Amino acid sequence: MEDDADRPIIRVRGLVKSFGNHTVHDGVDLDVRRGEIIGIVGGSGTGKSVLLHQIVGLLKPDAGRIEVFGESVRDTSDEEYRALRRRWGVMFQDGALFSSLTVRQNVEAPMREQLDLPDDLRETLAGIKVRMVGLPDNAQGKYPSDLSGGMRKRAGFARAIALDPEIVFLDEPTAGLDPIGAAAFDTLIGQLQTALGLTVFMVTHDLDSLHAICDRVAVLAEKKVLAVGTMDEMLKVDHPWVHEYFHGPRARAALAGTASEGD
Amino acid sequence: MTAQRPDRIAPVIATAGGRVELSGDLLIGTVADLVSHAPAPGADVQAVDLSRVERMDTAGAWFVLDLAARLSGGDAPAPIEGASDSQATLLDTVRENMPRATPAPEPRASLTDRIARLGRATYGVGLVAVEMTAFLGQVVAALAGLVLRPRRLRLTSLVHHMQEVGWNAIPIVTLMAFLIGVVLAFQGSAQLRQFGAEVFVVDLIAIAVLRELGILLTAIIVAGRSGSAFTAAIGSMKMREEVSAMRTLGLDPVQILVVPRVLALFLTLPLLGFIADVAGLVGGAVMSWIELGVSPVVFQSRLVANIDLWQFGVGIIKAPFFALIIGVIGCYEGLKVGGNAESLGRLTSTSVVVAIFMVIVVDALFSIFFALVGV
Ligand SMILES: Nc1ncnc2c1ncn2[C@@H]1O[C@H](COP(=O)(O)OP(=O)(O)OP(=O)(O)O)[C@@H](O)[C@H]1O
Ligand SMILES: [Mg+2]
Repeated sequence: MEDDADRPIIRVRGLVKSFGNHTVHDGVDLDVRRGEIIGIVGGSGTGKSVLLHQIVGLLKPDAGRIEVFGESVRDTSDEEYRALRRRWGVMFQDGALFSSLTVRQNVEAPMREQLDLPDDLRETLAGIKVRMVGLPDNAQGKYPSDLSGGMRKRAGFARAIALDPEIVFLDEPTAGLDPIGAAAFDTLIGQLQTALGLTVFMVTHDLDSLHAICDRVAVLAEKKVLAVGTMDEMLKVDHPWVHEYFHGPRARAALAGTASEGD
Repeated sequence: MTAQRPDRIAPVIATAGGRVELSGDLLIGTVADLVSHAPAPGADVQAVDLSRVERMDTAGAWFVLDLAARLSGGDAPAPIEGASDSQATLLDTVRENMPRATPAPEPRASLTDRIARLGRATYGVGLVAVEMTAFLGQVVAALAGLVLRPRRLRLTSLVHHMQEVGWNAIPIVTLMAFLIGVVLAFQGSAQLRQFGAEVFVVDLIAIAVLRELGILLTAIIVAGRSGSAFTAAIGSMKMREEVSAMRTLGLDPVQILVVPRVLALFLTLPLLGFIADVAGLVGGAVMSWIELGVSPVVFQSRLVANIDLWQFGVGIIKAPFFALIIGVIGCYEGLKVGGNAESLGRLTSTSVVVAIFMVIVVDALFSIFFALVGV
């Protein structure tokens, strides 16, 4: 059992991806451990979303290997891929809710697709998920276009955790939320992570989230993963961009915030 | 050893000595079967025991809470024992988010409700008519503004749309009109032959095609082709908030999106109508020749002698009006699109149906008008 627990739940090796002659990734290596919350940071356009899309099998890497739960995402049959997909949930950068379904129907969609549940049970479970992410009851029947940006994020998160997945991929979950809402979202992710035993792969620019809930941080820059480690380790990295990122004025404010909270 | 999730352990529910014991995996895929095996409420149950439960997810937690609540029959839920720490956390999280009692179903609509709904629907139709007229006014004002300040016209956009709605429609319009001419000649000759009046087929074809069918069918094809394209294009811009972005940048969507489209139709629909007229006559001439042996020369001379230019004028004069109807309705419906993909689809089909309907209504009004003035 020893090596099974230690085996990374996501393992990326030598990933290469380019669009035309524009290389986005050139040799990305990354391990994500079971049960941790890992934050992926990097400048705009460094390919964080592209990395996420490749891991969940939406984009095909040019070279390299991606394993999730110890299985290669690319070399699977449709059947195996379907089984894999059921074990993770994805929340896209812009929500990507189905605009013709209500919030609750959006959350029901993966259940409908993957399981054969009686209607009332499915509705109840979807209702619990919608409430768990902090949406008011009257939001359940609303269409995505009638929600605020922050509510859409929450609804997207509810859909991502609809099947109680083992991994959730979140693309900038707190971008565009008010500070209180963002902090609540962090707490929520942390709570669900303990309650459901989730592994969270989170692309984020939110330094507060990084401090508050991320166990480890991976920095994507210069087409590879420049550094991986805990926040404390990141503070010691002396690569100029990484240093600027974790020591800039905003970073200091966030650090001061968590430090005073700790007192 | 594989990284596969170990196989599920089927959950089991057992009642012994006033305790309901659960064991196995309580997961979303397995609880559905359990619901039917749960003991009936009222059984004397002191506790729900989870100590032998392996794994539990949100659905499992809901099942446990729901079971505890139902067993007690309305009093405080039966206590839950033997949960591990993480299971207890999950139970707490789900307990806080249990759905409230489901609201009573809506009472059946009474007669007054139905009448009220009918009234609202009628009012809604009236409102749309008013709005559409207001929009027509806006477009006409913008077009008139162009006369005063021609510089504001987006020439590139206009030419692009003229190519889209005009040039690219020529093949389909020509083919359609040619076939209509053929059909008219064929049917007309069959009837007229009974009276020995075959040669009048020329008049029949000319009047039908020039006055009515050429332009009417062209307008219907263009409504289906371009009216729907206008709605879809403007609607998807509306969906992605491009239209709002234009407004905040001080750009007038009517000026930028609507005027070039409507103007392009306004300029090209008469030309398409003319092409349709010619193709219809050619089709009629070919069929008359084959069916009745009326040679093209005879056809032409009879056409010139019997049909005056007004017959053509009466048809083509309607083209700009049809263009305005198709363009304005297409763009209006596009701007009405809301945030979801469904409204885009619905309004695109509405746009085509309403445009064709209005084209036919206006055509009928023109017929009455021309009959009254005696053209
Ligand atoms: N489908 C695509 N075709 C071509 N280029 C693409 C495509 N998708 C992404 N790119 C390019 O890949 C690069 C990385 O994009 P990506 O969306 O991953 O950035 P990101 O790190 O998520 O940035 P942000 O923080 O702004 O979301 C960008 O330069 C983008 O232009
Ligand atoms: Mg991104």
